[in-house]
Amino acid sequence: MALQSLDIVRRSATTTPSPSVREPVTGSVAKLIDTTKCIGCKACQAACMEWNDLRGDVGTNVGVYDNPADLDEHTWTLMRFSEYENPNGNLEWLIRKDGCMHCEDPGCLKACPAPGAIVQYANGIVDFHEENCIGCGYCITGCPFNIPRISKQDHKAYKCTLCSDRVAVGQEPACVKTCPTGAIVFGTKTDMIQHAEERIVDLKSRGFEKAGLYNPAGVSGTHVMYVLHHADQPSLYHGLPDDPHISPLVSLWKGLAKPLAVAGMAIAALAGFFHYIRVGPNETGPEDEAAAEDEIVRWGRDNPRPRGTPDEVVPPEEVRDENR
Amino acid sequence: MRIDKRREATIRRYTAGERSNHWIVALTFVLLALSGLALFHPSMFWMSALFGGGTWTRILHPFLGVVMFLAFLILAVKFWHHNLMTWSDREWLRHGRDVLTNHEENLPDVGRYNAGQKLLFFLMVGCLVLLLLSGIVIWRTYFSAFFPIWALRVASVVHAVCAFALICGIIVHIYAAVWVKGSVQAMTRGTVTPGWAWKHHRTWFRENFRPGDK
Repeated sequence: MALQSLDIVRRSATTTPSPSVREPVTGSVAKLIDTTKCIGCKACQAACMEWNDLRGDVGTNVGVYDNPADLDEHTWTLMRFSEYENPNGNLEWLIRKDGCMHCEDPGCLKACPAPGAIVQYANGIVDFHEENCIGCGYCITGCPFNIPRISKQDHKAYKCTLCSDRVAVGQEPACVKTCPTGAIVFGTKTDMIQHAEERIVDLKSRGFEKAGLYNPAGVSGTHVMYVLHHADQPSLYHGLPDDPHISPLVSLWKGLAKPLAVAGMAIAALAGFFHYIRVGPNETGPEDEAAAEDEIVRWGRDNPRPRGTPDEVVPPEEVRDENR
Repeated sequence: MRIDKRREATIRRYTAGERSNHWIVALTFVLLALSGLALFHPSMFWMSALFGGGTWTRILHPFLGVVMFLAFLILAVKFWHHNLMTWSDREWLRHGRDVLTNHEENLPDVGRYNAGQKLLFFLMVGCLVLLLLSGIVIWRTYFSAFFPIWALRVASVVHAVCAFALICGIIVHIYAAVWVKGSVQAMTRGTVTPGWAWKHHRTWFRENFRPGDK
């Protein structure tokens, strides 16, 4: 939904500036998810459903704790459980709260063809405005994190809003408010990076030498960040991309190709127009008709039909008289 | 056999069925180009209003695409054998400047189609096949779920590139019809004048009038 209190820095399929006079003086916001503090209770999932009025169908148990098995239009955040056997032979249960990462350079917004269906607010939140969504699914093609889902009911795309409606009125996202261990925190991005650094120092002192912050540079950073015990191997956490970036194919399709193709088509049309103006039409003149008639008459003379005069020759199959 | 001095169109080039087929392809092409461009570039999104808004554009475009493909398939099968390249087509292509400057007297005799028309025909065949295949992959409502994300990304680019090539090709096709006078009525009325056939497609003209010489 459009939020009048949040200004927009980027708007899908729009080539002119969006309303962007108001700037958050404290900079952009971020949510920090500390996977090392997460106990997998799914309170965040429940809070998300509660705040956003989302109720999915009851599914089936697929043999793991992930419930439902995947993100969908009713599940904007989902606990992902991964069992990892570390080099010491110990089992680590790596739990990650999956959902939109709110990229600084959002692939969904780049790919979206519908004006205003996806916006990026000045505070960094990437939001879908479903009333402008046409249901093409290009956001899914553009997303490096496999987040947006098209509803089977209304064919619109849905994902985490980072509770833009709550943030707009000075509240933290619902998942942050409800997290019982403090694994999810919310604030300015600067504060969140600072908080993460303190956590990483602590983790390293406890033996997690590769602990680190996941704020991937390939998408110019994200407004949802993770503290990971194994920041050198993000993919351990249920396939979190090691180096996410907008696919070069998407960049080509929704970047360079757009102006080039429009220019190419305009040049083709203009080339035709000016060819006509400069060279002119290719016309068939009386001399051509005479030459053609001459050949026809000669052919008729060389191949006389039984019934005679050229005027009565039965026209060959492909010839007919329009005045008949 | 009577050839009128008023340059009456007396040679049949296309049957009513062929003309109908061509115009089904042409009309669906126009609708597809307008709806496709609306989704391709924001500067043309307003054209989605012609289809009842962005969502209707998204819904209708792929169905129109299927109609165009099927109609074009019939046309392509029917005209395939007329469009096979020959050695004299290579010669014709070497005279590009004469073609563009209306110096047709310097060109080799042309059959039912000239080399430019033949190349356009095969450009269209290639584009239509790729557009259909890539279009199925990115048809979100029914098919996208069956393909991996990389396939969707490749298909999106292929669809855009082929659509661009096809639109440029059709711009050339439409311009050629306007440029070479007497061509449009071949596809509206079905007929051309003997002089037109003699000037632009002399071998075809002679095949019609001298079946014994073939």
